[in-house]
Amino acid sequence: MSAEKEKHLIRPYGDRKDDGVVQLSFVLPVPCSEKAKEAAATVAKKLGLSHVLVSAMEKAGDDYSFFVVYGRTHMQLDYNAIEVPEVLHRKHGFDELNEAVRRDLGRRIVVVGACIGTDSHTTGIDAIMNMKGFAGDYGLERYPTFRAVNLGSQVEPEKLVDRAKEEGADAILVSKVVTQRDVHKEDARALIDAAKAAGIFEKTIFLFGGPRVDHKTALELGFDAGFGPGTKPSDVANYIYYRILERMGHPPAPQPTAHGTQDATVPATGEKLGETL
Amino acid sequence: MAELFVEAGKIARARELARTAAQGVQGFIDRHSTVSIERTVLRLLGISGAGSRGAPLANLIVDRLQEAGVLHLGAAYWLGRALRAAPGKDPLQAIERIAAHPEKLPALQPAEEEQLREEMRSEARAAVRELRARVEERKERKARLRVGSFPGAPWKYVIVATGNIHDDVEQARAAAQQGADVIAVIRSTAQSLLDYVPHGATTEGFGGTYATQENFHIMREALDAESEKLRRYVHLTNYSSGLCMPEIAFMAAYERLDMLLNDAMYGILFRDINMQRTFCDQYFSRRICAFAEIIINTGEDNYITTADADEAAHTVIASQLINETFARLAGMKEELIGFGHSFEIDPAREDTLLREFAMAMMVRELFPKSPIKYMPPTKHKEGDIFFSHAYDVMADLVAITTGQGIQLLGMMTEAMHNPFLMDRYVALKSAAYVYRAARHLGDEVRFKPDGIVARRQQEVFDKALALLEEVAKDGMMAAIGKARFGDTARTADGGKGLDGVVEKGAGYFNPFLEILEGAG
Repeated sequence: MSAEKEKHLIRPYGDRKDDGVVQLSFVLPVPCSEKAKEAAATVAKKLGLSHVLVSAMEKAGDDYSFFVVYGRTHMQLDYNAIEVPEVLHRKHGFDELNEAVRRDLGRRIVVVGACIGTDSHTTGIDAIMNMKGFAGDYGLERYPTFRAVNLGSQVEPEKLVDRAKEEGADAILVSKVVTQRDVHKEDARALIDAAKAAGIFEKTIFLFGGPRVDHKTALELGFDAGFGPGTKPSDVANYIYYRILERMGHPPAPQPTAHGTQDATVPATGEKLGETL
Repeated sequence: MAELFVEAGKIARARELARTAAQGVQGFIDRHSTVSIERTVLRLLGISGAGSRGAPLANLIVDRLQEAGVLHLGAAYWLGRALRAAPGKDPLQAIERIAAHPEKLPALQPAEEEQLREEMRSEARAAVRELRARVEERKERKARLRVGSFPGAPWKYVIVATGNIHDDVEQARAAAQQGADVIAVIRSTAQSLLDYVPHGATTEGFGGTYATQENFHIMREALDAESEKLRRYVHLTNYSSGLCMPEIAFMAAYERLDMLLNDAMYGILFRDINMQRTFCDQYFSRRICAFAEIIINTGEDNYITTADADEAAHTVIASQLINETFARLAGMKEELIGFGHSFEIDPAREDTLLREFAMAMMVRELFPKSPIKYMPPTKHKEGDIFFSHAYDVMADLVAITTGQGIQLLGMMTEAMHNPFLMDRYVALKSAAYVYRAARHLGDEVRFKPDGIVARRQQEVFDKALALLEEVAKDGMMAAIGKARFGDTARTADGGKGLDGVVEKGAGYFNPFLEILEGAG
């Protein structure tokens, strides 16, 4: 390996390489006027943009103006310097994953999920766990090799842990939509504490999902992984499968990204991981 | 345009079955009261303050009565007795005194007993007169201002949810200035599970703002000022759902709210509130709404969050027919029943727009006098806000074309964060454009009587009918137990709030129920 990778410099792309065009929209708390428009342009300039164009100024209330602004950024970045953990696994499709679980584990994977604390927004947990799934991607209930127990909304962390223990869960999946004043973090910590108290922390995989959740935050809170917006049930199913393998001594599970586990990049060995197991 | 391709005979049969199902529960409702109903009675009688630690006086009093095992006679009765035993005392102390040893209370002579009740009835009549005056004030303002963008346009309904009532006011005013006809102040998450209504103005909430009487007051005053300025009436709505349905209904009536979310089953299914509790609470809350001419919005727009919307469409229709019956049994006029339903377009499905036209027209036509409330669900929202916006605009088109009454506008950033001021602006601007552009589209277009739309309506209605047959046969409570609605099973003794249900005693006294049932 050479110490110096070749640089791959990029900028945002509008319609021409390296034009650096970005679009912004925001509100300023002042009535529409030429002065307000200039203020909007100033916002863009202070963000470091040049060639600023305020393409729309609309009255969004007597004392509020809505702007759409274009500008060019001169920053550039070295794409080769972006560090994201390498993905070693290929994401399995529905049938393939079921087959892999049967072959490699020889049993069903048990997942217990809930919206914890006061949160009543079950859209996320339902999309991942219920039969239907979303965007044409089946939910965990649909996988014959998974047993998915969705406890629904407003479940106390202790109750979730009790149930997970009772079910012998491989993984606990929690979803938090409400994040005001970091209430999601408090509840997440409470869950981890409860799991430790119940003695299931070590053997259980903890997954945290929600629109404002990212992998890094989830790790900080003591979870194994965080799943943000755009995650599909198949991402979660794949992650759990690989994580169980990992705990059995196989190579590390892929890290979630903003869009779930990443699709395959070609593994170093040139073989599909699933086939080597 | 709203065409119905369902046989009239089937519709009549479905209504009959819904009536059978609801009437089975109505007997139970008539025999029971709840802590929330009794607290509402006290609030109607002017008990509106809070104790030293913020606990509402109505709660403190009802809790004492329940602990003493005497709530089955009604809070109004005991308030009457307490004030009689200790005239001039503050009501909580007076109640505490008699609730400490209810068995030691000397029995009243029948004449005294009757006199007590007459006194309380007279108090109740005065309270109802005051409430009526406030309702009339609201109606008077609305009558002299413009309502909606133009006749036939759905009312544009948007949400504010900052957690701070004063910030909510700012956002609501901006929305009104940009054409919003209805402002909904989303409640703090899980308020539905509180067995009390917090007291006073609030500036901190999670995912929304606490519904309190003072918050209602602050927002209504602001919207009154805005309505006068705009010469267009801006409605205010909140949530009469959860464990405090009747109390919220009273506060809303008193503070001149126009609409309330209020569903006979939603709390049972989606908040796991005990069904006995909810059935009783919805009845009294709807009695108040009927009196105060508050439009209720039923919850079917939020129904199909878990099941496949296409497969579960019939449960919406069945639930609406049941909600209709319950509302009618509580004295509500059709004009006040805003049935909820959702723009259930699945962007991944072919001809989903035709299937949506089928549903939107069917709901519209099944309840021709009712102001139907329509909304795009959050389910299909994603971080691609541009796509989300396109999705929402399609809902605007269906809404104006099929004559929906109230449209909750989708926000392109839904599922990401509470709506920003600009999100509301963009949604309002687009809705205004689509309403204007397609104003008479519905009058011009007809669907084929044997086409996809007609067949879809027939298929959904047949399934709704079959479901209602089953519900009428098994009874409502058993049907909910079998997860027939919203894909969720609940038992008669499960869920939250059952301990707040009391069987009425022989001498149960509720002067407001007497008046409201008499008026209906």
